[in-house]
Amino acid sequence: MEATEIAEKVSSGEISARTVVEQHIEIINEIESDVNAFNLVTAEKALIDADEIDSKIASGETLGPLAGVPISIKDNLCTRGIETTCSSKILEGWKPPYDATVIEKLKEAGAVIIGKTNLDEFAMGSSTENSAFGPTRNPHNLECVPGGSSGGSAAAVAAGFSPLALGSDTGGSIRQPAALCGVVGVKPTYGRVSRYGLVAFASSLDQVGPFANTVSDAALTLEVISGHDPRDSTSIPEKPLDISGFLDQGVEGMRIGVIEELSGKGLGGISQDVISRVEDAIKVLSNAGADVEPASVPASIYGLSAYYVIAPAEASSNLARYDGIRFGPRTEAATTAETMTATRTKGFGDEVKRRIMLGTYALSAGYYDAYYGKSQRVRTLIMNDFAKAYEKFDLLISPTAPTTAFPLGDKTADPMQMYLQDVCTIPSNLAGHPAMSVPFGFGADGMPVGIQILAPAMAEREMFQAAKILESESGNGIE
Amino acid sequence: MELNSPDMNDWETVIGLEVHAELATKTKMFSSALNSFGGKPNSNTDPVSLGLPGSLPVLNEKAVELAIRVGLALNCEVQKSVFARKNYFYPDMPKAYQISQFDLPINKEGWLELPDGRRIGIERAHLEEDTGKITHVGGGGRIHEASYSLIDYNRSGVPLIEIVGAPDLRSPDDARDYVSELRSILVTIGASDGKMEEGSLRVDCNVSVRKKGTEEFGTRCEIKNINSLRSLGRAIEYEAKRQIEIIESGQKIEQQTRHWDEAEGRTHKLRSKEEAFDYRYFPEPDLVSVEPSEEWIREISGSLPPLPRERRHLLAEAIGVEPTETSLIVQRDLDTFALEAISSNANKNRVLVHLENNLADGVGELTPEAFASLTVMETNGELTSTQTKTVLAELVEAGGDPQEVAKSHGFESMDNSELEEIVDRIISENSDDWLAFINGDETERKKKSGFFVGLIMKETNGQADGKIVNQILNTKSKN
Repeated sequence: MEATEIAEKVSSGEISARTVVEQHIEIINEIESDVNAFNLVTAEKALIDADEIDSKIASGETLGPLAGVPISIKDNLCTRGIETTCSSKILEGWKPPYDATVIEKLKEAGAVIIGKTNLDEFAMGSSTENSAFGPTRNPHNLECVPGGSSGGSAAAVAAGFSPLALGSDTGGSIRQPAALCGVVGVKPTYGRVSRYGLVAFASSLDQVGPFANTVSDAALTLEVISGHDPRDSTSIPEKPLDISGFLDQGVEGMRIGVIEELSGKGLGGISQDVISRVEDAIKVLSNAGADVEPASVPASIYGLSAYYVIAPAEASSNLARYDGIRFGPRTEAATTAETMTATRTKGFGDEVKRRIMLGTYALSAGYYDAYYGKSQRVRTLIMNDFAKAYEKFDLLISPTAPTTAFPLGDKTADPMQMYLQDVCTIPSNLAGHPAMSVPFGFGADGMPVGIQILAPAMAEREMFQAAKILESESGNGIE
Repeated sequence: MELNSPDMNDWETVIGLEVHAELATKTKMFSSALNSFGGKPNSNTDPVSLGLPGSLPVLNEKAVELAIRVGLALNCEVQKSVFARKNYFYPDMPKAYQISQFDLPINKEGWLELPDGRRIGIERAHLEEDTGKITHVGGGGRIHEASYSLIDYNRSGVPLIEIVGAPDLRSPDDARDYVSELRSILVTIGASDGKMEEGSLRVDCNVSVRKKGTEEFGTRCEIKNINSLRSLGRAIEYEAKRQIEIIESGQKIEQQTRHWDEAEGRTHKLRSKEEAFDYRYFPEPDLVSVEPSEEWIREISGSLPPLPRERRHLLAEAIGVEPTETSLIVQRDLDTFALEAISSNANKNRVLVHLENNLADGVGELTPEAFASLTVMETNGELTSTQTKTVLAELVEAGGDPQEVAKSHGFESMDNSELEEIVDRIISENSDDWLAFINGDETERKKKSGFFVGLIMKETNGQADGKIVNQILNTKSKN
């Protein structure tokens, strides 16, 4: 059942929230041991919350737009009193004393949190294999990765554990797993959704966004979590989004550009399967009345390089607080400094350490300008190139990921190969623009392919209109 | 090391101070936890000031306003500023980075005028957050011998302004004058309570020496842990001697950070330049730049009370002396009182003398009008200076009218003819001494004059005016 349908039926009393939650827990019990989407299933708490919703409905209270809808939460979003680990040993057992703003908003809307989902440690990775608690598997093929870093959330939605999930996207961490798992995943405009309570990876790039099986469910969830938050200084002073009422307005007359540099003609590594699905998408959008043409964002090919300086630089600072002094497990040693070193050596996994070292180096005296400074200039170039492209186009499209889901262990030996998974998604993070992945058929291997729709800052509504068109013709069974 | 006394006269000490002042806001720099001194340990904390994962800073507008007040009072240019992260590991720093300002401070290039009229350059005055406080338990409070350490994060995130002075100071007295003046400015404009003993005002001190007459600066050492004006002077004196000794023995000064040990009365090496931290500053991505509007700055400027410097000048002009002479009165906050007394026709010089010498503990119940009449009574000869002091003390204690207080003490001015009779009688009773007075040399006359004045004062119970007695004696000796 879709989230919108659940909320309607729960609100009207047609079905109880408890029944909805129980049905989802049943599915979890059946196949979660194969998928490993969750770090923690909060079944007991979810049932209590469901009962509370049911009693509110019984007493005639009006509930929010997500009444009784189970939702899975990426385990880097703070949930009060519920363990929040970032899939890292360094936060094992840590229970935040507060809810992230998005969690508060979900609760207010009547959503029921059903569990905390697995991720690449501190959201660093593209396969959810960098988790201290074991990898998540792709529900479409358990031998394959779900993508990452929000692989647990994408898998949870794809497996039917919950119709909705939240993830975070720093370089593609919502869109790429959404593509690999065949679900809708949205990275909103930077500042559209509060980051308060999102455990920071790279603060200038991180953004929270929804996963759903349908474009309309994703829209509804984004509406609920968006809006200005005085606790986040980078939050845009705007009202929550209003998308749902515009979803069926189509793309008639819209000018849509296909980013050449990200669609096989510039960067290598984009598979033929994916390229041909992009070509199909062009046809669908053209048939729906859009004017689709090739577009160029020349600097986007440098996105990956700039990203792997900026994101690790910010991460090296953001992750410095995990020293075992105030929270999380501590490894005792002779002095304070040695205790911090021992705690961090034991607590962080290899990929996290690699990025801390990269970032520390990039910010060091004498190297700052050559690395961090230069990367920021590349970032400006990318923004300028996008701005130029958006003079001609209302929206841009590209593949979400270069390939369909790959087998576990396929890319773990070579970090560069893994990093290339995000080549199409990173430019939007650097620009701060919204982008989303819509499932659009399958590759020859039977695994899902996602199309990425990119929009200028604040243009989520138009982006969703195009997503709705692709969804209706995606051939993945959802009409 | 016992220090010899090198010939200090050949050398010039060059001093530049960095003063940290806690800003008098209600809440912390980046959160709503209380900014208050002396609470139960860790009671004034929240996720932000504890640096918990997911927490985000939000800038306190009041802190910005107070920083602008400081900048304007120090004749700085207030500019668009950017926060930066200063990265280093220490348990009192919960995020392992301090939010500070680096290349774009809120205030730049100003000056402060010492009471003697010299202008000392201010390089910058920027905003940053304070750290927590560590108490080492056992081992005499030293970190190396301590058995454990306790951390209180109440101070963590308290707003600070760091005022970086130019190396324009030349002596321990200069340094003390500078800090007193700065403190007085901060208190006057309501930016800080300026309490050195509670740590709301802290001073780091850069000291170098050079041969008198040379232009080039010597290598400097930075001295930390200075907790009072007294230790500031002592530390500078010690450090200058230490450096001169090293140079005179043919060695070179190593750039170091040194620690002032109050009990031992000496500085210890903390670290050399090579061991200095690489703070890896980069723009704080969780905050936006601070761009105060012209209008706001004008508004703040208009709300500043008269500053100590203006007050010194104003009072000096009213009295007709140099501003240096009025600095003590302004420091004691008695300048308004002085001006009111003067406008009630007080004797200006007596106002200056009494406020400096006899009203150090404040004016109590004394009104400016009563004070004015008293100075007039004194200069008219109605009261002797001793009597004036007695009356003044009583007016401070209990208030009242100086005429009546004088009367109640029996301080009625003597009729000159009555006084002359007494003088004649004393002369006739001491004719030998009188001859010695008339015929003696300068020394003898002085001695005898004192003798006669003493006897006459005794006879009149101190009611005679010493000045008039002297006049009578002189006139009579020439007849």
